[in-house]
Amino acid sequence: MVCCFLIHTVCSVNALSAGSSRVLYSRVFGPEDNPETDPERRRLLQKERLLHLARRVRTAVGLCHDAAGSACVECVLGEEAVALGEAEFGVLRLSAGEPFPVERTVLWLGVQNLAFSLVCDVHENLLLAEGTLRNLARHCMEELRLLGPGSEILLKSDRIDALLHRYLPHGQLLFLNHRFTHLLDKELSAYGSK
Amino acid sequence: MYSTGTESLLKQAREIQDEELQKFYGRISKLLNTNRDFGNETIDSLQRLNLIVSATKYAKTLPSDLKKKLQMLLVSKAHPEQIQVLFSSVLRESLPLSIQDLSAGLAEDVKSSSYVAAVVLSQVACKDDVAPVCLHMLKCMEARQTDGQICKHTLPILTKLISYSPEILTEDQVNLVSRKLVDWLRYASIQQGATMSSGSFFSGPRTRQPVPVTEVDGAVAGDFFTVLCVGRSFGEDQWMNMYAFSMIRKWLLTYDTEGTSGGESAHLSPIQIMLSQVQDDRSEVDSSVVSMVSATSSSSRLLPPKERLREKAFEYCHRLIEQSDRKAIKRTDTELQKACIVEAVTIMDIICKEDPSYVYRAFPSVKALYGRISAELAYARVLIPIAQFYLNHSEMAAVDSEVVFRQLFSRFPSELFNEPALAYELVQFCRANIAVLKDGVSLYRQSFPNLFKFLAWNSPALISDYMELLPSLMSPNTAVEILHSLLDLPCLAATLDLQLRSATYQASERVLWDHGSKIASALEVFRQPSYRGLFLYILRPEAGSGDTIDRLNMLHEVLSEMAASPRVMQCAQVVPVLLHVFFNNVTEFADQKLTNQLTLVLLERSSLLYNINQFKIELFRVFSTHIRALCKLHPSLIVDQCRELLDFAGSTANIYSKEELYTNVVWLIGEYLSVAHDPRCSVELITSFFESLEAVLFEISQVRQSASPPSYPPHVLTTLMTTLAKLASRSQDLIPRLSLSLSKLCTFARSKPVLACYSEEDAEEIITRAHELTNLLKLPSVAQFVLAPPALGESARWHRDTNTSLPRAMRTITELLHKQSNFLPG
Repeated sequence: MVCCFLIHTVCSVNALSAGSSRVLYSRVFGPEDNPETDPERRRLLQKERLLHLARRVRTAVGLCHDAAGSACVECVLGEEAVALGEAEFGVLRLSAGEPFPVERTVLWLGVQNLAFSLVCDVHENLLLAEGTLRNLARHCMEELRLLGPGSEILLKSDRIDALLHRYLPHGQLLFLNHRFTHLLDKELSAYGSK
Repeated sequence: MYSTGTESLLKQAREIQDEELQKFYGRISKLLNTNRDFGNETIDSLQRLNLIVSATKYAKTLPSDLKKKLQMLLVSKAHPEQIQVLFSSVLRESLPLSIQDLSAGLAEDVKSSSYVAAVVLSQVACKDDVAPVCLHMLKCMEARQTDGQICKHTLPILTKLISYSPEILTEDQVNLVSRKLVDWLRYASIQQGATMSSGSFFSGPRTRQPVPVTEVDGAVAGDFFTVLCVGRSFGEDQWMNMYAFSMIRKWLLTYDTEGTSGGESAHLSPIQIMLSQVQDDRSEVDSSVVSMVSATSSSSRLLPPKERLREKAFEYCHRLIEQSDRKAIKRTDTELQKACIVEAVTIMDIICKEDPSYVYRAFPSVKALYGRISAELAYARVLIPIAQFYLNHSEMAAVDSEVVFRQLFSRFPSELFNEPALAYELVQFCRANIAVLKDGVSLYRQSFPNLFKFLAWNSPALISDYMELLPSLMSPNTAVEILHSLLDLPCLAATLDLQLRSATYQASERVLWDHGSKIASALEVFRQPSYRGLFLYILRPEAGSGDTIDRLNMLHEVLSEMAASPRVMQCAQVVPVLLHVFFNNVTEFADQKLTNQLTLVLLERSSLLYNINQFKIELFRVFSTHIRALCKLHPSLIVDQCRELLDFAGSTANIYSKEELYTNVVWLIGEYLSVAHDPRCSVELITSFFESLEAVLFEISQVRQSASPPSYPPHVLTTLMTTLAKLASRSQDLIPRLSLSLSKLCTFARSKPVLACYSEEDAEEIITRAHELTNLLKLPSVAQFVLAPPALGESARWHRDTNTSLPRAMRTITELLHKQSNFLPG
């Protein structure tokens, strides 16, 4: 099962310290082990864990990008397929405590100056997880117009919720053949229209 | 992509003032109070509210009336999905709500219950909170289908709950779910879905004849419905089939492993048996084409629910493996087939572990599968669960697994070292099976040069895993070769880079030059036949063809232009860490001979390292630490390797190029070159070391007008002095010579170039030390005691330690003398 999905920056952000990452969207699935009892502190701990995760992924993306040494091709709206084709992909193991209480695996996809991160249980079907991550990233890029200058990712984040609701309900990875996918896509395209 | 506009919007949301926020809450409350459908303005405002509550890590407390309103609206009537999503999202981010109220609302509307459940699950604080949701989901499952649609996400929600708290289900509930899962997995309809939303006005009953689902290659479905069956649309049971397969592995791992099954077989009542029989009869009549799977399935009607589920899950996996042989029309379906194979083999592995009688049924299809995909690199990742299956069960089935491991260890790292997911999965496979691989699969240890390729290519991601794997790869036969390989890991990274580029740029020479002349010249060399041997050695897949090569310096030179490439530098950073792991573990099995060899390697390689910025300095530090540790373990290595050590210590150039290592070696000579450590330590030996070091000292401390200031730190001098003193104390003829050298040194330390270069304290320290040693050497027997080597291999015992024992010895002698005087008469 997937425990969370994040979209965050991998470029430097002026307001943040070096190496930090701005989390633009986060969704944690279901109950998590959390030692805090006070609800406010529980939430705070969860958010801090996500920030820590985003930082780690940012470092990994940066190192991978440096090692590859290829120049980043700036893409504009309409060139989502190109941007995704150039995207860097990686897998990281998170030991227990860093930052989640149990060992987990994070798959990340770095597209331009953003990264999409999917955190799964250890021993998850990584082929399926990778396919799901790429699918989610493609949808997000297209529906939120991420290659454009706008801020749909902040104001239209309910679209991501609807997307996750179908393709990753409560964190469950699904074995979807092209027909199931087509039917879900059709439902999704009807989303938001009355 | 992430623009300043986005950042400033986020900033606004984070820094919104309380007054403005309260006004905003008020406006939203008003908008929500309407009886009409919610308009665009409401949606916009809800989207902004969503942003505000999730923008900061500190929670925003919504006013309680707004919170209650949102909660009530979410559970009460059916809204357009976007509204439900927004309510759910805002509530998830808010501080706690009444979980009981929300859970009660689950029953109201099937469509929104998944969104309501999402809110509940995000707010759960303890295991008791999940009970209402769980019960609701189970009730949904129990209800007959005619009563109303089941929430499609029942199974994902349930799976999430059991991940969090497996004890939440009672034995009966587990059985109930098992029975439903059997229904959905095995007996879903194989007609295409009844609901055809695009049915036209003119379509009559004739066009609504049932059409069977097809396989991914277009053929009519051969057996029961699975996730690899396609149709224009799907009925509810087929959707549930897909959801069920997606979670079955988790279910089996939670409830069907380690003695949770078999023992207490449920006592089935006659009615229950009849019911399950009726279900079976109905379903088997439907399937017109009976494939191998159905024909061979054992009569499972009287099995308890858990065992029955195991049987049906096994059949499902078997069918998926068969179905994956078909050539899919769509590329996405090909990718799905791979994922399905991985899942199917993993599930079969779990089932076989629990009930070994399945092994004989599973192995034929797994073996056939292996035969089909082993040649294709595109299926490499799929091979890993197959290898795990072989590792777990091949002994029982008396099947040879050597060929599978050869693919894994000999082929994949050579050809697919740059695939991050494969590298990760293969490394995790090794980690999970370390004990078995180490002792049972000789190819694993033999293939360490190949396994290092993954690490060389992607050091930052894999280093922590390799720190765990390295000890398992080490053995007395391969230790020296491993040490050489670790020292040349950055070379391997550079070579792999060249290999990849060479393969990519074969087509167009022009591209070669476009990437800068640095890489181009290295590529040229890579392709020349005269250097082939060098590169082939570095890229070798197995150990055993020599610890290292003669022309290593040539390789370093050829690759020198790549030393600044980021990948090589990242790799260089992990080498010191691995060396520490290596040396900490090699002492477990290193005998005298191996220790000598390793020391030799360190000394030799100190002049033969790939020239990367900072790399050598880091390594010398590591070498120093471990050469000391090796000496401590086997002090006689000083005598065994005396020639090499003499060469090393006698070469003044080493002071300038390897200062830290040099100082440590000199110190070691002083500590361990004595009869106490090795009876072979003769006077001649001590004298030859002494003369060598004396010559060095003389050379670096010449007092001449034209002498340049010393470019080495002062402790080099003091270490040399002290070591010479130690040697002199063991062969007292040398003392006069040393005294002379020490007095010359004092003059040197007072000379102008030295005073300009060293600090006053350092210069004073040198002079003081020289005086102390000279004085000490005037009393040779005392000197011998004070400068004596430490006790052999023992932990520091206070009364034996050189430094602490002297005052105690003095006191004891004094007391004895006093006592004696008391005994004397008078």
